[in-house]
Parts: sequence; structure tokens; C-alpha cells
Amino acid sequence: MSAESNPLTVVTKRSRRRKRVGVMMEVLATSAALLAVIVLAIVVVSVAKKGLPAINVDFFTKTPVPFGQTGGGIKNAIIGTLIMTGMATILAVPVGVLIAIFNTEFASPQVAETVRLSLNVLAGVPTIVIGIFIFGLLVVGNGQSAIAASVGLSIVMVPLIARATEEVLLLVPASLREGGMALGATRARTVITVILPTTVGGIVTATIVAVARAAGETAPLLFTSSIFANAVVTDPHQAMASIPLTIFVDSESPSLADQQTAWAAALVLMAGVLIMGIIGRALSLRTRRQIEKAR
Amino acid sequence: MSTQVDTDIALPPRSRFHIGDLSLRLVSGLAAVSVFVVLVLIAYKVIDQASAAISAFGLGFLTSTEWNAVTDQFGAADLIWGTVVTSAFALILAVPIAIAIGLFLSELAPRRLRAPVGALVELLAAIPSVVLGLWGILVMGPFLEQHVEPFLSDHFGFIPLFSGTPSNVGVLPACLVLTIMVVPIVASISRELFDSVPGDLKQGSMALGSTRWEMVRSVAIPQVSGGLVAAVILGLARALGEAIAVSQVIGNSLARPSSIFGSADTLASRIANQYQGAATPLQASSLAYLAVILLVFSLVANMSAQLIVRRIRRRMGV
Repeated sequence: MSAESNPLTVVTKRSRRRKRVGVMMEVLATSAALLAVIVLAIVVVSVAKKGLPAINVDFFTKTPVPFGQTGGGIKNAIIGTLIMTGMATILAVPVGVLIAIFNTEFASPQVAETVRLSLNVLAGVPTIVIGIFIFGLLVVGNGQSAIAASVGLSIVMVPLIARATEEVLLLVPASLREGGMALGATRARTVITVILPTTVGGIVTATIVAVARAAGETAPLLFTSSIFANAVVTDPHQAMASIPLTIFVDSESPSLADQQTAWAAALVLMAGVLIMGIIGRALSLRTRRQIEKAR
Repeated sequence: MSTQVDTDIALPPRSRFHIGDLSLRLVSGLAAVSVFVVLVLIAYKVIDQASAAISAFGLGFLTSTEWNAVTDQFGAADLIWGTVVTSAFALILAVPIAIAIGLFLSELAPRRLRAPVGALVELLAAIPSVVLGLWGILVMGPFLEQHVEPFLSDHFGFIPLFSGTPSNVGVLPACLVLTIMVVPIVASISRELFDSVPGDLKQGSMALGSTRWEMVRSVAIPQVSGGLVAAVILGLARALGEAIAVSQVIGNSLARPSSIFGSADTLASRIANQYQGAATPLQASSLAYLAVILLVFSLVANMSAQLIVRRIRRRMGV
């Protein structure tokens, strides 16, 4: 590539400058990507470093102790998050999958486009506004409850599940659909016996990603399930503690013990969410590959 | 359909299947309609809660800087200011970084690096905002207070923006936390956009002798500029609506700060902080009024981003 050996290349001041600008821009772009990875590493490492010392068996098996005492754990918050996220998932998965089925199997292109638009709008509603909405809809008159919080979380989940499921449904080769029809099956039967089974991996992936998102949401819980007992609550009509709210409240506390709890809770939450994120990604790559093979 | 001969034997299963078809169509249609219903309900319920404040303050709410629970006087001007300033700063920082990451992932990175680096950038978006806020208030905030803010005020103190007393909470940490949230969103959209630029356009430009950067600047970016605008708007919507992390790091002050080191508040963070403990019904209603403003902001942002995307698709004939 040396310029001297190639008689066609004329090295001028300008060409040298152009090359230098090009290299500089490539270095800048690379360092931008590096910066994002470094920030991720800094956050993950500092949460791990500050959270690990407080992680022990008690942290998972005991409930919080009164202010000033040492020890205790966040068992109630862990159980609360599991129950509320679980209920939200049970609500959101059927709705999300059905919306995707409607869009790919029944809706005309214009209708599907409108549904997609409104899903995107719903996904863009700030979660704190969803919190106020659920407060007005379900909490006023009934008091806070895990049910109210779950409905709020499911509103966050539905657009994620619907959009991701629709994407995998669209990947299903037309030949499979036509094959089902040619055998005399109706649309519903084709969907249930042919299309859904081929896309179950994609639906699971979409669900995992949505669960990971919902488990970390704080704003929909803030007014719907924030006044809770320090004991384990399993009655969905009552408010439950949750990991995100524990982090939120303890992060603003001047007490070092509280801050320690917040770090450990953040470590538990982040580990769960990142592991689910990684599993979801791996699964979605596999599903795509499988569907492409079926083509 | 109805031209076939119906025999007694064929009828029962056939009609059962039709019922199946019809009911799946109906149930899935209902699910789709529920999206609209929820959107309308959200708007209705939030406006309903805000109605007392809307009739008490009207549009003057948007320009009043008063926020006083004792005299029951409320206005959103300082919060709109806080929301706009933090989101704008976050975008100014995030957009160049995010587009550069998109370029790196689409044009520069060795093939083997693309998937893992792309996944890491997306994992950044998966960190729950409350965890980012915790890190922001206990790690980044103190670091900014001890190292970055003194440096800024020593060297750029002549600019009023950088002239305050360093603090571990305030506008600057809020902007940085929002930047971290916005970067992965804009980066992954711009990566997809750059991937969608036809290869022969890129190769044609390179064949004419441009450097890779010249190809990006004169071919790739103009090709996808509309999509980039939409990506930036979506990032903006994310920044405007973030309540939790911002309320952890912004300091929640009632007044407007004189520099970016000072505490402030945004629409979303004020709701997060005060809605539960509102002293008067009018205060709760005013906080719902803030939610109405937020809802309008996010609707306008999302709709315009989608209209842009739709226009591009139509132009490209998809």
C-alpha cells in the first residue's frame, strides 16, 4: 500500500489530510463503543463489589429488622417481586401473544399498522404515568395491593411481548401456513397446531425479556404497592415489598446499613435481570436459526 | 365456502372448526382493541385526577414557578425547565456517542466483535433504572463532587453554568444518568439503520476513492438521516419520562438552580417524590397535571418518530 511504489497514487497534502480525518473518525467511533462497554463494566463491578459483602444466607431467608438493629434480609421483597412479576406475566403473555396473532393472521395491513402504532405509543408512556393511572383505577377506594401493581407491570410488558412475538410469527415460512390450510385445517387450527409450536421459542424469549424489564421497574409500584409490612405477604389483595422499591428507598437513606442493603438488593436484581437478558438473547438467536433452517 | 355440499356427517366437525376460527379471531381482536382501550383509559384517568388542578390553574400552570403546599399554589414552569434542560443535555452527550457506536457496530468492527459488543451495549439498556440511580447517587455523585465539578468550576467557572458549589446530587449527575440510558436505545436503532444502507451504495462511494469516513458522511448518514431523527426523538422520549433514577440523583429542589451543579427537579421526578405524600388534594391533582404534561410530551414524541419512520418506509417503497 505504500504510496511511493504505486505510480497511480499521488500523495498530496489534501489526500493525507483526508486519510488522517478518516482514521481519526474511526478511532473516535471505536472509543465510543469502548466507552459504553466500560460504563457497563464500571456499573456492574461497583454493584458487585459493594453488594457482595452483605450477601449471605440470611439476606435471602430473613425479613428486615427494625431500624438500628443489624442483620436481617429482604426475603419479603424477593417473594413480593416474584409474586407480582409472576402475576403480571400471567396477565401479559396471553394478551401479548393474542395481539400478535391478530396482527399476523387476521388484521388487514392498515389495521395491523394501527395496532402496531398504538403498541408503540403504549410502550412510550412513561412508567410513572402508568403508576398514576393504576392508582386512580385500582388503588383509590381499594387501597394498595399486589394485584394493582401487577396490572401496572403487565401494561409495561404487553407491548414488549406483542412486538417480539409478532416478529417471530412473521418469520414463520408461508409454506407451513399453506400446508396446514391444504390439509383442510382452519386458520385457528393452523395457528394453534402449526404456527404457535414453531414459534414457542420466540414467545419464551419475548417473555423472558419482558419479565426482566418488569422485575426491575420501580415507578409502577411506587403508588400501588409501597406501604407494606416487614413480613412476608402472600395475599395479593395486600401491598407487597419488592426489590426495586427496597433499592429506591434505601438508596436515599443516610444510614450506611440501609445503603448496604440497597447495594446487595441491587446485586440480586441486576444479576437476575442480566442473566435473563443473556438467556433471552441466546434463545432468540437459536429460534431464528431454527426457523431459518425450516425454510 | 357455502357452495360445498353439507352432509350430516361432515357438518358437526366443520361447524366446530368455524366456531374455533371465529372465536380466535374475536379473542385476538379483543386483545388488540384492549391496547386502544388502555391508552384511552390512561388519558382519561390521569386527566380526571388532574381536573381539579386544571380548573384551578388552567394553562397558567405551565408558566407559574410557584410550588407551595401551604398556600396551595402550584405551577410547572420550573419542572418543565428541569425536564427540558436535563433531557437536552443528555441528548447532546448521548447522540454523537450513540451514532458513533452504531457506525462502529455496522461499519468498522471486525465481524467477530460485532455480536458481543452489540450485546453488551444492549445489556446497558437492561440495567434497571433504580440500580443506575443507586450507582448514580452513591458512586458517580461523590466522584463528580470531588473531581469533576471542582475541575469544571476552576477552568470554566467564568461560564455561569459551571460556577456553582460542587455537590453529589444535581443537574449534572441527572444528565449523565440519562445519557447512559439514552445511548443504548439510539445506538441500536442507528446500527440497524446503517446496516440497512444498500451495500452497493457504500461500495460505490469507496470505489470512487472516498475514505470510509467520507463514505459514511456523504452516503450513509444522508441515506438514514430521517431514521436518525426518529431514533433521537425516541431517546428524547425515554429521557423525558424517566422518574426513578432522576429523582435519586437530581436533588429534588423546589427552585431552579443557578448552575448545573445545583439541585433541580423534573416533571417525572416531582411526581415520584410527592404523589404518595401529597399534603392537599389540590397538590395531588397538580401532580396528576404534571403527568398530563408528561403524557402529552411522550405522545407527541412517539407519534412524530413513528410518522417519520412510516414516511421513510413509504418512500423506500416497502
